[in-house]
Amino acid sequence: MKKVFQTLALIALACGIGVTAQASTPEQDLQAFQNFFKKRFPSVEMDDYANGAYAIDPAGRENWEAIEEFPPYEPFIDDGKTMWDKPFTNGKTYSDCFPDGPAIAGKYPYWDKEKGMVMTLPLALNQCLEANGEKPLKYKKGPINNILSYIAFESRGQTTNVVIPKDDPRALQAYEDGKKFYYARRGQLNFSCASCHIQNAGMILRTEILSPALGHTTHFPVYRSKWGTVGTLHRRFSGCNQQVRAKAFKAQGEEYRNLEYFLTYMSNGLPLNGPGARK
Amino acid sequence: MIGNPKKLIGMVGAITVLAGQFIISPMASAAEGTSATEKGKALAFDRMKGNCLACHNIPGGAAPGNIAPALIAMQTRFPNKADLRRQIWDATIKNPESAMPPFGKHGALSEDEIDAVVEFIWTL
Repeated sequence: MKKVFQTLALIALACGIGVTAQASTPEQDLQAFQNFFKKRFPSVEMDDYANGAYAIDPAGRENWEAIEEFPPYEPFIDDGKTMWDKPFTNGKTYSDCFPDGPAIAGKYPYWDKEKGMVMTLPLALNQCLEANGEKPLKYKKGPINNILSYIAFESRGQTTNVVIPKDDPRALQAYEDGKKFYYARRGQLNFSCASCHIQNAGMILRTEILSPALGHTTHFPVYRSKWGTVGTLHRRFSGCNQQVRAKAFKAQGEEYRNLEYFLTYMSNGLPLNGPGARK
Repeated sequence: MIGNPKKLIGMVGAITVLAGQFIISPMASAAEGTSATEKGKALAFDRMKGNCLACHNIPGGAAPGNIAPALIAMQTRFPNKADLRRQIWDATIKNPESAMPPFGKHGALSEDEIDAVVEFIWTL
């Protein structure tokens, strides 16, 4: 009898190892992720997920559409255009770093093989500034949101299309780290990102409808009424972490960059519609 | 071994509550009218404390969430008060998938505060 149990235990162990070895690919993750929401909200058109909670909240949507008639982020776009056009002290402009023009949001984030890291748009903007002897911008609040608003606006209609290159295992690792971050519980309140935006997406938390994770990255930077201004994706990440009473990570640090890589990949196929307006 | 300290905490808690009822409530009802139940209600409704309404519908509470079951018929659902306390202390013991914050395990509420919340929830 004891031997039977031992054998069973061994088989169970072997199966367990087998499962770990067959981790899902990003492609499989993407399909499972998007299918989950299709099943949960069968009446929502795929592109409408780019509108966050308003895809599933008719009353909130009406309010939001009224706000969009006079978009609160408009002055930030204008200020961003001024920044884009204004020459640096050395006479060069952002165009010298980004010859394809301001409509480049759809290229980010991407895996930078040379640097061995996820490259984001805010990071690329600051590298441009520093390469031209200018002071880098802060990553959460302030003028970075102007230039990001302008770039996002010019990039509207592009499609989210994050690539996890197969020729560099470090890219897959960055993706996996971002995925792990998303599903890991943290903070005194012990929530993962997924607790609210996958497991309980569409449910009501006090008076707020929890928005689906699918589409979360399409509309940044975002004007939040709560902030009274436009803020970056990483500002939102750190706010979420603080809400669950966890210590926020550094904006544009490796943790949030990898999280952005994973989360944006999960929205592959959705239109870019930033800057957005949210409560 | 793991179960014992919890039982002990539960017993200590129960004793505290019992003692609290004898000591605090007669005084309170005479003075400010705060019994353990009322203290528990205040903690349960406080956004920075229990904030139970964020997820649970509770009779007498405004703007509840709908993530978790309504808090009704609690004595039918938890005939044993210690089980209710354990659920609030750490809901993931019973259900690892539960999104409910482990109020005791993570110290979001003190042991005394949990006792008071249990007293309140037990009346629902």
